[in-house]
Amino acid sequence: MKPIYMDHHATTPLDPAVLQQIMPYLTNHFGNPSSTTHEYGRQARRAVDRAREQVAAFIGAQNSDEIVFTSGATEADNLALKGIALHPSRGKGHLLTLATEHKAILDTVEKLKKQGFSVDFIRIDRDGWMDLDHLQELIRSDTLLISVQAANSEIGTLQPIAEIGKIARERGVPFHTDAVQALGRVPIDVVRDSVDLLSISAHKMYGPKGVGALYVRKGVRLASQIDGGGHERGMRSGTLNVAGIVGLGAACEMAAAEMPAESERLRILRDYLIERIENELDYTTLNGHRVERLPNNANFSFAFVEGESLLLACRDVALSSGSACTSASLQSSYVLKAIGIADSLAHCSIRFGLGKSNTREHVDFVVDLLKKHVVRLREMSPLYEMAKEGIDIDQFNWGEHSHDEH
Amino acid sequence: MSTDQVDYTEKVMDHYENPRNVGLVENANGVGVVGNPTCGDVMKLSIRVEDNHIVDVKFKTFGCGAAIATSSMVTEMVKGKTLEEALAISNKAVAEALGGLPRIKMHCSVLAEDALKAAIDDYLEKQKNQPDQ
Ligand code: FES
Repeated sequence: MKPIYMDHHATTPLDPAVLQQIMPYLTNHFGNPSSTTHEYGRQARRAVDRAREQVAAFIGAQNSDEIVFTSGATEADNLALKGIALHPSRGKGHLLTLATEHKAILDTVEKLKKQGFSVDFIRIDRDGWMDLDHLQELIRSDTLLISVQAANSEIGTLQPIAEIGKIARERGVPFHTDAVQALGRVPIDVVRDSVDLLSISAHKMYGPKGVGALYVRKGVRLASQIDGGGHERGMRSGTLNVAGIVGLGAACEMAAAEMPAESERLRILRDYLIERIENELDYTTLNGHRVERLPNNANFSFAFVEGESLLLACRDVALSSGSACTSASLQSSYVLKAIGIADSLAHCSIRFGLGKSNTREHVDFVVDLLKKHVVRLREMSPLYEMAKEGIDIDQFNWGEHSHDEH
Repeated sequence: MSTDQVDYTEKVMDHYENPRNVGLVENANGVGVVGNPTCGDVMKLSIRVEDNHIVDVKFKTFGCGAAIATSSMVTEMVKGKTLEEALAISNKAVAEALGGLPRIKMHCSVLAEDALKAAIDDYLEKQKNQPDQ
């Protein structure tokens, strides 16, 4: 049996209807959209133009040429940040972001910092919710960009995008949002929310991998990061990935049509999952904001049970964990760390990412499975035993203890 | 013995799913509790030593599948052994007995070796202070 897929923050399956629209552009319609001297090229150009309109309509952009196609959201994030920071009209200024952003943002600002830019992180609370007053305080005369994700991929916390946009507009600072997780799940409108730059990924909304886009509001000037041929209004050179772009457009159109009903369905399923876990298991913590949260996300810590061993026990369901033992670097989740979750609880965290294929039966199945194995693994956990004896495990320094002994 | 594979061997899965000797030895005379500085996991091993032989051994582990499997395996390997024989068992030998571990999981087997050494140390320490009659 194939495991039940419940990891939709990592990626989503390609929708068959999207695939159907892509197929001709992988086969017969192979033209280069830049070759407008003949019908092959013009056919491809029409397909790209249509996709550009679908993407623009989906996010409320007024003009379809505000959409710049990229290889995905990582490239879109890089283009937004470096494009703003490195534009010759601007000096080595100041950037504002969150410690819980995607690595495409964090690694990029880290690199810019090394090049002489300054970076501040806007305060977030224990739910990962950002502090708007702190944002106001941090803005300086040389602030070049505010980059705040619309939703977090691990803990599902949404950010007050419209309020951030309003502040940014008032203070005259461009505002970028990585909306990869939020798009197709909560409504976003770049005009209403005063967004200047927005990153999109196709494969998080049932489209193909390897394609995304950056919305660039008219008048926002970016330094290109990939040169050669001047495609995409000079902002991103390279022959267009026509099939991928067609898939992104189709995925946006589908998401726009399905979102209201599907998001509500997922919210009900997710609330049922949370309710069952909280009612039927003790020593659990919901990580992230209880209300301002993606409708398809839940993230729980099951105290005293290490995440990798729990995932192994529940391998009939595809889930992920913020445990150090599941990461190649043996570091626990930086997102959980950033919101002040103790390592001992990050170690026990499991992320649930619901999607179109999931049903109430799936939720019942995963909760029953978890219950069985959490109880079993706690029975063999020395930490559970200590907690029952009243020892505070966070006060106990395991690492050093071990070093001292040997 | 480590491999580049990410999957666990059948033996690891067997010891993970049906761990041997889980719990605490009731009349233990040596207990070791160690933490894994690499990723923050914990193992507690209790032993009953009689006539220089480990006559009973049990474990409790908070850790990944590999940590649980190596804990289980080490209890099987030391049962009935003399203290000297038990101390000679390396983490590599435990991993080998499990048919190998993914390279990134080798450090987990160190936890089992350390816990065993800590339990034996604890036993020897107690003997010094208060010889077991
Ligand atoms: S115990 Fe943490 S990776 Fe094995």
